[in-house]
Order: sequence, then structure tokens, then C-alpha cells
Amino acid sequence: MSMPDSQNPRKISYMLAIREALQEEMRRDPTVVLFGEDVARHGGGFGISKTMWEEFGDRQVRNTPISENCIAGMALGAAMTGCRPVVEFMFMDFAALAIDQICNEAAKISYMYGGQASAPLVYRCPQGGLSMKSAGAHHSQSLEAWFTHIPGLKVVFPSTPYDAKGLLKAAIRDPNPVVFIEHKALYSLEGPVPEGEYVIPIGKADVKMAGSRATVVASGYMVKLALQAGEVLAKEGLDVEVIDPRSLKPLDEECIFGSVRKTHRAVLVQEACRTGGVAAEWGMRIEEECFDWLDAPVERVAGQDVPIPYARSLESRVWPTLDGIVQAVKKVCNFK
Amino acid sequence: MYEIRFFEEAAGKLYRRGLLKGGVHACIGQEAVEVGISAQLQTDDFITSTHRGHGHHLAKGADPRRLMAELLGKETGYCKGRGGSMHVAAFEVGSLGAFPIVGAGVPSAVGAGFSIRHQGTDKVVVTYFGDGALGQGTVYEAMNLASIWKLPVIFACENNHFAVSSPVEDMIALKDAPAFAASLGFCGVRVNGQDILEVYRAAGEAVERARSGNGPTLLFLDTYRFEGHYFGEPEGYRNREEVQQARNEIDPIPLFRGRLLESGALTPEIAQEIEQAARSAVAEALAFAESSPEPDPEEYGKYVYA
Repeated sequence: MSMPDSQNPRKISYMLAIREALQEEMRRDPTVVLFGEDVARHGGGFGISKTMWEEFGDRQVRNTPISENCIAGMALGAAMTGCRPVVEFMFMDFAALAIDQICNEAAKISYMYGGQASAPLVYRCPQGGLSMKSAGAHHSQSLEAWFTHIPGLKVVFPSTPYDAKGLLKAAIRDPNPVVFIEHKALYSLEGPVPEGEYVIPIGKADVKMAGSRATVVASGYMVKLALQAGEVLAKEGLDVEVIDPRSLKPLDEECIFGSVRKTHRAVLVQEACRTGGVAAEWGMRIEEECFDWLDAPVERVAGQDVPIPYARSLESRVWPTLDGIVQAVKKVCNFK
Repeated sequence: MYEIRFFEEAAGKLYRRGLLKGGVHACIGQEAVEVGISAQLQTDDFITSTHRGHGHHLAKGADPRRLMAELLGKETGYCKGRGGSMHVAAFEVGSLGAFPIVGAGVPSAVGAGFSIRHQGTDKVVVTYFGDGALGQGTVYEAMNLASIWKLPVIFACENNHFAVSSPVEDMIALKDAPAFAASLGFCGVRVNGQDILEVYRAAGEAVERARSGNGPTLLFLDTYRFEGHYFGEPEGYRNREEVQQARNEIDPIPLFRGRLLESGALTPEIAQEIEQAARSAVAEALAFAESSPEPDPEEYGKYVYA
């Protein structure tokens, strides 16, 4: 388990950890620029970049018009000509407008042009529900699987303040386009974060809870739920191992496979709607590489295949729940 | 212009021999636009190109051998055979690439404009797009952004009158480019794209405006493509007479050659030499490309990530 230095107990929120990563990278490298709607004086839709325009000015913190596809492409052009842009989408749902520039252009620049150019840029995407209740169909989606499907992109999704800072710094330094997903319900989550320099390599999973009876793979806010489920299950004598891939692409298969081969059971959790999600990919890879070790069919806990509804009664029904994870673990552990 | 013309004709022959795969879009008829603009640019100025991009690249100084090799999918091509005709780039001469998704390169040009300002240089960026791209919202988004940030971007709209088969009059409501650009806060000029000197003059003013920090320009260049949308296109949307008339009356190469000969700026001998040099360069490019190796199939995964 990678944990921050115990001698440095400073705790800050996931949101401040993201801001700190941006600030440190911008101070270190003046070619790092932040583009986004309302990111300057206003500090961005969720306040991530508050105080940054005051420090870095228009040169590194730029408000943009509401033109997501153009902003995504403009950042690509800047990336190909010497800048290292970070684009903030106000909501990940709005990145849908920029799919062409992210998936058709930025993702393919290195390959299509035979290595002549690279696109060192980061698309920051606040996604998911569970925080702003009743944000509805266009402000609550979990869309990571759209981007993990595209060769040329990297996709990371931190679940703790510590991971958020270290991974964002890695994403900014990466020579490839990185879709950096932030979970809105985690912005206020506090955790230990060292001051100053550290980088978490993209492509490295983290064991968030060690255990032997079943492997639970989860990312983003689902890690928090999985850890709560792990505590409930521990009281019932079932110790589970919770793995956070942190990078959804490239995926740390070694970590996941190693755990599954040890526990012989796997439960995969995603907040996104069930069909075509990252859990399906994880499950298939486990099936391909760990079949002989499995003592039970792989279980999947996922959101319902519906647009995110508005009414609280409906909304709470469509997301994965703590109890859903607990029941899935019990199911794989009781499988005969 | 001759080099581009002969290059495209050679590509057409390769297509008819079945040696060129995929869509190949020739710019025959549009050479004065590309050459007239590029004559005002330095090697380290940037361009973004389109699916009809061979001329943009050659005019910017790209090596015809590596361009032809790319068309033939060879390892010696600019993109090592990964891009092809429609997705070629030549960073060594400032081409940030051809973006065959219509209008998709225009935002990248704005980003290059941002970098130029960020780095404090006086480079400029020209983004080529066709009349069809005026149906894409992203192009207007990019013009808006370039204007509010006063970036050194030249929007070069090549109006060749057809978006594939659809006449520009039926598809595009924008009729008055200068007025349109003015409403966005920058300069717009309508240019006869068959007259290389008119293109050269308009481009010179646009480049000067951009270099001196006075923001973008829209060059709306009326031109005509003599070939179909791509080699082999049936072209049911226009009749042969219309194309033949254009070839007879508004071919930019004989128009310019005639003017130069008439004024005495060029002798028939030198004109012949220029033409012959272009033919040789293209012949050499073909020989180079045809004799170059194909990419190793086992390297299909190379360059996915930088």
C-alpha cells in the first residue's frame, strides 16, 4: 500500500490536492497552462483553480468561451507547439462536445504522424454523481469507458487526495494526452498529502485494503464504498482486498491478476451504467488470464442502464450501493 | 504550382493503376491559393491542412519524395506510412498536419497561435479549410476565440464551390466574408484564388497583420477543383462542360505563366526550365516512393504513445 510519509501528517482535501498539483507544476514549468470555462477569477465551476489566476495571470490561467470542442482542439494545437495545456471541462458530460478533438485528433497525433509530434496535454473531467444530488442526466454521468476505448489516450481516476496530486503531476508531465477524471463527490474528502514534490506513475494500481477472501476492484468514489463494504465484511469474518487501478488505461494487470490469483474471487465495481463499462473489460481480462485460479464466477456491481434521473427516490436506486457490494462479495465467497 | 500539379497528376495515375488506396483528394486547380499564401510564410510558420492537403504541404516546402512515399504507405514517408494522403503532416516545415475531419484542424491552429503569443515570437499560423467547413460549428468557435485573444491566425477558406457534391450556395448561408469577419472583430477579404498575385498580396497583408500583433484575418478564396472530390468520383453533380470551361479559363498556372511571359518577366526558355524541374522533382519523388520499403507489419503498435 503506498501511503504518504507518516512523519508528514498534513491533511488536505482532494480538491486542494488537485490545485496544489497544478500550482506546483505551473511554477516548475511555465509552459503549463490551464484553459477552461470560468477558471480565472471565478476559480472554475468547482473552485479548483481559485487564487491561481491571481498568481499566474492570463499567461498561464485562461478563461475560455463555452466552446468545448474548440478548447479541446486549441489545447492540442498548443501542445503540438510547445505548451503543456491542462483543459478543465466544467462537467465530464460536456466533454461529449469535444469527443472529436480528444479521440479523433489528440489521441492519434503521435501514431497518425509517425512519431513526428506528441500531444502532452491533460483533459480534466469532473464526473459522477452522489455529491450534487439531483444534478440529473447531463451533470452526473460516469463516462470513463468512452475514453479507455481509444488507443493513444491514457485515462486516470484518483480516489484519494494523495493519489490526485501525484497522478495529476504525472499526467501533466506525460508526453501523451491524458484524460484525468475527478470524482465530484470526492472533492471535499480529506486525506494525507505531502507538501512538495512527488509523482505517482501512471499505470500503477494501489491496494487500498489488503485481504485474502475476495478481490474487489473499484475506482473513483466506488473505492470509498468498497472500503466501507470491506469494513462491514470484516466484521463478518470476510477480509477482502480492495484494489484501485488508479489508471484505467493503461491498466495495471499485474496487480489485479496477482490479487485474484491469491483470493480466487473477484467483484468489480463501477459507478457508470453497466453496459460496456470498464468492469466488463476488467472481467474479461481476468477471465482470459486468471480462469484457472477462479473459484467463483466474477461478479459485477454497476450503475443501472438508464440516464441519471432527477428525483431522489429514483436517483438513489440507479447507483451502486454499499449493500450491493457486500452482497456481491458474499455471493462469490459462498459460491460452491 | 507546376510541382503541385504534376504531383497530383502522378498521384492520379497511381490511383488509376490501383496503387493508391484509401481516399485521395487532389487540389488540381487550387494551386494558386496554396502557393500564393506560402510565398508569404517562413519555414517555421505553421499551417494546418485538410484532406485535400498535398498542395498545402508542397507549397510549405515539404519534400515531395517523403510526401509521395506517405501516399504509397511507405516507411520513408513523413508519417512512416501510418497517416497516408489524408492524415499527413510535415513538422519539419511547420505543417501541424492534415485534419481530414472537416474543420477539425482549425482549433489546433488557434492553439498554435496561443503558443506563438505565449512564447513571444512573431510566427503566424495559416489554417486551411474548405467551404464545406463553414458548416462546422467548431470553425466559428475557433474564429471567435482567435478574435477575442487577438491571435496570429489566418483563416484560409478555400471556396472550391462544392462540399463533396453539394454546391456552396445550397449549404452555406455566409455570403459576405468581409462583413462576417468584421462582425467578429477582425479583417476579412474576398480573394480571387485563381490569381496568384492577388492571393500573394492579400496573404502578405494578413501575415503582416498577424506578425505585428493585430489579430486574425479571414481570407475567403474563390477557387475551383478540376478533379472530383476524390480520384475516381463519379461527379454526377456537375457537368463535364463546366469543368472543361474552368480548365480553359481559370487554370491558375497558364494564367500566371501567360502574364509573366507577356510582361517579359519570364522568357519561354526559363518557363520551360521551371516546368521541367518540377517534372523531374515529381519523377524523382515517384521513384523514391516506389522503391521504398513498406512498414514492418510487426511494428503496427509503434508510435501509439509518445
